Amino acid sequence: MLNEEQIERYSRHIILENVGGAGQQKLLDSSVLIIGAGGLGAPAGLYLAAAGVGTIGVVDADTVDLTNLQRQIIHHTDDVGKEKVHSAEAKMRAINPDITVQTHNLRIMADNVRDIIREYDFVIDGTDNFAAKFLVNDACYFEKVPFSHAGILRFDGQLITVLPGETTCYRCIFGAPPPADAVPSCSQAGVLGVLAGVIGSLQATEAIKYLLQMGELLTNTLLTYNALTMTFRKVHLRRNPNCLLCGQSPQITELRDEEQGVICDIKDCKC
Amino acid sequence: MKLVINGEEAISKDGINVSELLIEQDVKMPEMVSVELNGSIVRREAFDATNLKEGDKVEFLYFMGGGSVAE
Repeated sequence: MLNEEQIERYSRHIILENVGGAGQQKLLDSSVLIIGAGGLGAPAGLYLAAAGVGTIGVVDADTVDLTNLQRQIIHHTDDVGKEKVHSAEAKMRAINPDITVQTHNLRIMADNVRDIIREYDFVIDGTDNFAAKFLVNDACYFEKVPFSHAGILRFDGQLITVLPGETTCYRCIFGAPPPADAVPSCSQAGVLGVLAGVIGSLQATEAIKYLLQMGELLTNTLLTYNALTMTFRKVHLRRNPNCLLCGQSPQITELRDEEQGVICDIKDCKC
Repeated sequence: MKLVINGEEAISKDGINVSELLIEQDVKMPEMVSVELNGSIVRREAFDATNLKEGDKVEFLYFMGGGSVAE
């Protein structure tokens, strides 16, 4: 039962016909795991906390760096040097003390990721490298936990929601991480900070829609966004029968750590 | 022949294959691109053997990193 303060706090949700008091209670009873408290995870974490998602897990092994602040808005200038999970926890709890934040100050690996994600209703992939993105995809497939995948680069972003075993997965589209030498180096890449806000907020939207079972999820559809032309496009996809993970003759039957797809050539670069 | 590439009409040489299309369309890093043809992903090994025809719908889908891009 919502108490008086909660009814007031969540009143703009509660008056929505698709949410109501029951929907808000459902959010409070739900859990979402955010993997990566970076550009994507920052807005997702803040909005999910504000929305009253009752349990939010945050995974990150990094500390806050000055170069993060251009886009990772959950971290403030005073947080430089602090562990990202604790910096994120403080802001989320400040917005909404109603929620529980579970911090996982670690790097996800094949031998730990499944134990973490299986505790949650939905996962937001806010990781920053291809090895981790494939690991999240595969782990969510084995644990049957739905997730939102997203990527951002320069002025472009994209995302897709995956219901494992039911809809197109990340491997259906991309197969395996690209060769390391093909990936643009940090010095060539860069990203518009606000792009992370747009895409991370869309990921949070998908999480809430999934939790409340409302609207149409971005499944079998890659939504791409270009900030310069202000263009959104939906690319429709089907499950790939040749997918190494969820296809007709799967080759991947257990989790493994992929080769790190991105190798940075600048020491301590966090572009 | 006319193709639709990433939602926009494009003119291409008749009968070229996917590998040739990537070059023709000046895709800088083909290793970073997945190709969807009329709704199905084309296996990378099949790029050379997959010929395109008038009206085909092609999507170039790019690998993108994420949150803090690289570490």
